[in-house]
Amino acid sequence: MQRATMDLWVGLFVIAGVGALLILALKVGNLGTYNEAKSYTLVGNFENIGGLKIRAPVKSAGVVVGRVTDIQFSMKSFDAAVTMNMDNRYQFPKDTFASILTSGLLGEQYVGLAAGGDEGMLKSGDKIMKTNSALVLEDMIGRFLFDKASENSDGDGEDDSRL
Amino acid sequence: MPRRIVIGIQGVGHRVIDSVWRLGYAARFFTLTLLKSGASIRRFSLIIRELYFTGVLTMVIILVSGLFVGMVLGLQGYETLQKYGAETAVGTLVALSLVRELGPVVAALLFASRAGSAITAEIGLMKATEQLEAMGMMAVDPVARVVAPRFWAGVISMPLLAAMFSTMGVFGGYLVAVVLIGVDEGSFWSQMQSMVDFRFDIVNGIIKTCVFGVAITAIAVFEGYDAQPTAEGVSGATTRTVVTSALVILGLDFVLTAFMFRGVG
Repeated sequence: MQRATMDLWVGLFVIAGVGALLILALKVGNLGTYNEAKSYTLVGNFENIGGLKIRAPVKSAGVVVGRVTDIQFSMKSFDAAVTMNMDNRYQFPKDTFASILTSGLLGEQYVGLAAGGDEGMLKSGDKIMKTNSALVLEDMIGRFLFDKASENSDGDGEDDSRL
Repeated sequence: MPRRIVIGIQGVGHRVIDSVWRLGYAARFFTLTLLKSGASIRRFSLIIRELYFTGVLTMVIILVSGLFVGMVLGLQGYETLQKYGAETAVGTLVALSLVRELGPVVAALLFASRAGSAITAEIGLMKATEQLEAMGMMAVDPVARVVAPRFWAGVISMPLLAAMFSTMGVFGGYLVAVVLIGVDEGSFWSQMQSMVDFRFDIVNGIIKTCVFGVAITAIAVFEGYDAQPTAEGVSGATTRTVVTSALVILGLDFVLTAFMFRGVG
């Protein structure tokens, strides 16, 4: 085979390979939608994070606006300090409310942000003051059973008084 | 009776020593190839020629099988996921399984059987027809002239081929899930993009393919160079290349996965 034809084919091969890598990065991966270089960090302290994991999305109004980058146990306040990497395009007021929510009944957990009405915006490194813990199913069931039990005992008491 | 047992044990010992000796020889040969590859990198046209044979000619089988693997993943994934009402997650399923595991591993297996066996057969036949010795006579180093360009061409083309495989697979999954079955296109792509992380999933996949590329081509050139210089020897060496490569790929894949994806995400 001619040298030039071979060069042409190899060139096409390399271009196709690099193109495939680019498609993987931009269309399949999250490099196109979310740029870590243009981001700022926020910290939120939660009493209980439930099953929140690193790399979980941070959403506001259902739109992904950032990602959880770090979860540490804070020895100062004995709760979980969640570090979030936020997209620079999205700024939030200082009194933004952060809560840990679950997508669907069995879905993954994420941090939901609800914007407040403050004039000042959160800057990089700022702490979100208002947080709401994850709902832990065991606690809920426990509370439910406790309520039921106390209801029943109240009912018994009434019956007793009637007698 | 005891004599037969002694011979049997001797056979085991002989095989162990033989395989350890061969492994050491392969390691020495690998180092030699790396040391002598400077000259072949300077004469890049040699590598381009080999890139044509290992890369371009393997492209067709990689693209076609990538498409079909992606289509099957889309079909099977849809069947299971729709039972839980999560059929839009089929994009995530196809992309993650391709980028993390199937892309690197299946592309490497195909590459070993298509390009690795060809490299072994070519070098083995060169040895059988005494072309390598003739080169040595003419003061041309066969390792630098024949082995190193093939090695580097394999190492370069393996990640590119695996990327093509994964991309074609995702396209195949898209064809089946969105075009054929009718999963919502927007959530197909957006779920995929929100779950596939560039650094964590894609870069780790590329690292895997680079490791596989080095392993496959190192095995292929060594088996070819070490082949018995007979027709039978060359055919045996070609078989050994494919078998050893497949085992090494699967073993390495387990080790790499254990290091990369352990307990995260």
